[in-house]
Amino acid sequence: MPYQARLAHVFRRRQALKRGARDALGSPMLVLLAGMLAYGSVAHQQGLDVWITSLGSVFIFALPGQIVMQEMLIAGAPLYSIVLAVFVTATRFVTMSITLIPQFHRRDRGPMLYLFVHLVAMTSWAVSMRAFPTLKRAERLPYFAGFAFTVWLVAFPGTFLGYVLAEDVPRWMGYGLALINPLFFLMSFAELRAKVSLLAVFLGFVLGPITYAWDPATSLLASGFIGGTLAYFGFEHLARWSANWREARRT
Amino acid sequence: MSTAAALLTLVLASLATYACRALGVVLSSRVSNTGAVFQWVSCVTYAMIAALTSRMIFMPSGVLANVPIWVRVTICLLLALTTGVMLVSVYAHYWL
Repeated sequence: MPYQARLAHVFRRRQALKRGARDALGSPMLVLLAGMLAYGSVAHQQGLDVWITSLGSVFIFALPGQIVMQEMLIAGAPLYSIVLAVFVTATRFVTMSITLIPQFHRRDRGPMLYLFVHLVAMTSWAVSMRAFPTLKRAERLPYFAGFAFTVWLVAFPGTFLGYVLAEDVPRWMGYGLALINPLFFLMSFAELRAKVSLLAVFLGFVLGPITYAWDPATSLLASGFIGGTLAYFGFEHLARWSANWREARRT
Repeated sequence: MSTAAALLTLVLASLATYACRALGVVLSSRVSNTGAVFQWVSCVTYAMIAALTSRMIFMPSGVLANVPIWVRVTICLLLALTTGVMLVSVYAHYWL
């Protein structure tokens, strides 16, 4: 690449990194902060160690897994069953990485990914999936890194503060904070443009509680595979059916 | 429960979570972002995340299990509102 073009390339990537960081500074950061504060305060009430709690947010960086670990630790479950349960809740990261990484530039898909992939979480995945189609391939990894790293930085102070302030903050406030997370995801689903994804979201939403009643441990996997597969194969039929219906109504 | 045992649990739980992320990196080298596999896997992921979200609201564990009923009712109203906005934003195009 000629010198000028290379300079422009580096500049664009740096802009993308900054844009990611800027996008994280608004509601995504506040939402994650709310979740971490709530988790910290509950861990305090249940008597988990402050360092185990806060470091969990840094190194696990997945609230459902952290909650499972905390509850099983308090209940005195054996080590292997805790690790297995956390592993099962984390299986969603396999498909999240598989759908995120092929969108990066070919040159960005090297060993450094093993570092960046730790930052994959629900927020950074949902926001990146939405932003990537508007970005050039070479800008996607910098955007993701800027966004996800900024959000990740909140994890430790958020959890630590939640733990320390647990006694000073009214209990209802903790509940309110914990509810912000699911609401944020609902809002981000509302912005989905691809209708097949929307159908998958709807089916997963309905199947979630049903499969949980059936078997809590495999509930996420089951509703993901059943709902996702139904949406993927059923969408075409549904689209054809609704097109026919509209056609029939018009005539 | 000793702190050392809790620390060991934390380390192993972190590794288990990271292993899933790393497995995604390994498998992603075989997937192109236009293929059918990619479309299907992203449908599965959206469904999984939606399932997790609805579980957080309707069948909470941990903190949320103690949320007073009126808060949950408010949430459900908000939920209905969001779903309404979602449907309108998608189908207004056809209806109007």
